[in-house]
Amino acid sequence: MALKLTSAEFEVVRDKERCIACFACARQCAFDTHTDNDGVVESDSRLCVGCHRCEVLCPTGALKIVQKERLIKENSNWQSSSFLAIQKQSEAGGIVLAAMGTDRPYTIYWDHLLLNAAQVTNPSIDPLREPMELRTYLGRKPVSFQDEGELSPQLRLEMPVLFSAMSYGSISLNTCRSLAWASRAAGTYWNTGEGGLPQELYAYNDRAICQVASGRFGVSPEYLEQAAALEIKIGQGAKPGIGGHLPGEKVTVEISATRMIPEGTDAISPAPHHDIYSIEDLKQLIFALKEATEYRKPVAVKIAAVHNIAAIASGAVRAGADIVCIDGIRGGTGAAPLVIRDNVGIPVELALAAVDNRLRQEGIRPQASIVVAGSIRSSADVVKAIALGADAVYIGTAALVALGCHICQKCYTGKCNWGIATQDPYLTKRLNPEVGARRLTNLLRAWKMEIKEMLGGMGINALESLRGNREQLRAVGLTEKEMEILGVKHAGEGW
Amino acid sequence: MVEIDASNLTHRALNDNLRRAIISGNKEVRLKNVLGQRFIAAGFRYRVRIEIDGIAGNDLAVFMDGPEIYLHGNGEDGVGNTISGGKITIFGDSGDLLGHSARGGKIFVRGDIGWRGGIHAKSYQNKLPVIIVGGRAGDYLGEYLSGGLIIVLGIPEDSRPLVGKFLGTGMHGGTIYLRGSVPEHFLGKEVNEASFNDNDAALIKPYLAEFCQDFGFDFSETMRVPFRKLVSQTSRPYGRLYAY
Repeated sequence: MALKLTSAEFEVVRDKERCIACFACARQCAFDTHTDNDGVVESDSRLCVGCHRCEVLCPTGALKIVQKERLIKENSNWQSSSFLAIQKQSEAGGIVLAAMGTDRPYTIYWDHLLLNAAQVTNPSIDPLREPMELRTYLGRKPVSFQDEGELSPQLRLEMPVLFSAMSYGSISLNTCRSLAWASRAAGTYWNTGEGGLPQELYAYNDRAICQVASGRFGVSPEYLEQAAALEIKIGQGAKPGIGGHLPGEKVTVEISATRMIPEGTDAISPAPHHDIYSIEDLKQLIFALKEATEYRKPVAVKIAAVHNIAAIASGAVRAGADIVCIDGIRGGTGAAPLVIRDNVGIPVELALAAVDNRLRQEGIRPQASIVVAGSIRSSADVVKAIALGADAVYIGTAALVALGCHICQKCYTGKCNWGIATQDPYLTKRLNPEVGARRLTNLLRAWKMEIKEMLGGMGINALESLRGNREQLRAVGLTEKEMEILGVKHAGEGW
Repeated sequence: MVEIDASNLTHRALNDNLRRAIISGNKEVRLKNVLGQRFIAAGFRYRVRIEIDGIAGNDLAVFMDGPEIYLHGNGEDGVGNTISGGKITIFGDSGDLLGHSARGGKIFVRGDIGWRGGIHAKSYQNKLPVIIVGGRAGDYLGEYLSGGLIIVLGIPEDSRPLVGKFLGTGMHGGTIYLRGSVPEHFLGKEVNEASFNDNDAALIKPYLAEFCQDFGFDFSETMRVPFRKLVSQTSRPYGRLYAY
């Protein structure tokens, strides 16, 4: 084999004094960075992906994983990412894969928005003593008080946070279990992604949002019957406009049963739904799903945040979507072409503001709930999203971090050392679903309390009063145009 | 057999009536005066025979798994969309996207079908979608096909092409059988011709016999013309697409 020219991104630093040659690192690393060479631990830094598993699990603290500051001599034009991509492409002749959300330094608008608090002229509320209402219903609401007839089906959430779509295949069954158990415990929902619903998780069907994507994997009447809600996946923030391929080697017996395709075959999700080329076609699929489930379940439409998002979202609402999900450019993925992940789409904050504005202007905002995704990292991001107009948020990466993920962004290799994005039984057993569910439940509990604190500080005792309440937000370090799109004033401006 | 008059019924009311009729114990239901109502029998899992008089609208039997539907008229687009099982028999022609993402079941059309027939149909374990077109099929037949059988008979025989262009584009599984020939340049670039042997004949015969019985075709006459068999070049079209 020819000499590999690919640069090492990390350096494994081993404190020889502390190392007791227990080989825990060698056992933990699925990338074979550490090996047992006749009783001597050897490390090949070039194989390290920076997941920090060995560092965290080293019993004597002998290991340190250090990211190299530069792969080449200083050069403002040639950043490591473009340099590495060319190295990989020239070696393999293929599309460079990436995973999770983009790590490029695009403006994170959450970090340029500040929340308000009550001082003197209105009292703040102590959430430890007074009731605070975070319960959220997702679905189509009556447009006017005169609106009679049956209320559309709703999803009831105890807090405005759901787990975003991650398919069984991209993540392990234990990870799915953790999400499903935690959803029930916390009164929220998890999302099957487009890989079908594993039979073992039918017990958690009342908490499952089941996706219908372009590949229609696992979509049977039974699957539709199981779901608490259905979500038509049009696009994903990490890869707007393109489909997905689960390579044959990842289609194991279990995955094949859930996706309902033969073992070892490529699972191809085409870029478009073949039956959707227009808003009218989207309406047809929405109503096909409603007919098939006798109008008992909300139907959501998930779209990636792209340039014309406001008009597209309006079309989706008019087509009958009960929930519109918007996934921004920083949204995660199990695998996407690097070039797409890092260059296509727009930030979810701008998309959310544009969509909420547009739906209000058109007088159709109550007809659908808005759920946003695409990097919600903290309870503050949740509160800001609600103030910008969202009904709820999806979290993916944040949930995986709660399960141990260290964001090394190598999900597409299927060798996740944290036992999350893998199907290897040796690795998946590292994640105990009971522990996982507890950690996720803890995370949601903590966020819930933090959200209540922030709300109380603003003198608001119900999330509903914050929804679309952009007066509670002020911008720092944004241009006039950005503030215009976000519909917020600059810090320093009063009411 | 119970009859439902579909005149002036919305698709929702039509399906509600149909469902009620089935739940109350009818094993055969006839829908009269159907005029373009969509989603008939969407997601139905009942064992029932549904006769339809008229023209069924888009997405007939979408997500269905179980019923047998006999449509005495034409179908529109998306017949048997994402169907898991059951049978759809159409005595007229049908539109585009017939059997889209089908995972099982039989779709028999006596006449012609539009574009993209059998697109992304899949097979899995004992589930095998079988689409038989008595007449001719439009462009992109069997596009992205990943499993199942598509058979085009081209009856009556005349000078018109049997299928359209871009046949089996993106195909990575399944089999297309053509009763007659097709110009080489009509084939998608992922498609190979394979020899039609006794196994193939044994595989398709029972389906064709059933088809001929449904529509009153002469079975031996149908089998007289040699079949062409088309398969995908690879089941791993995306085997070498990425750099890791």
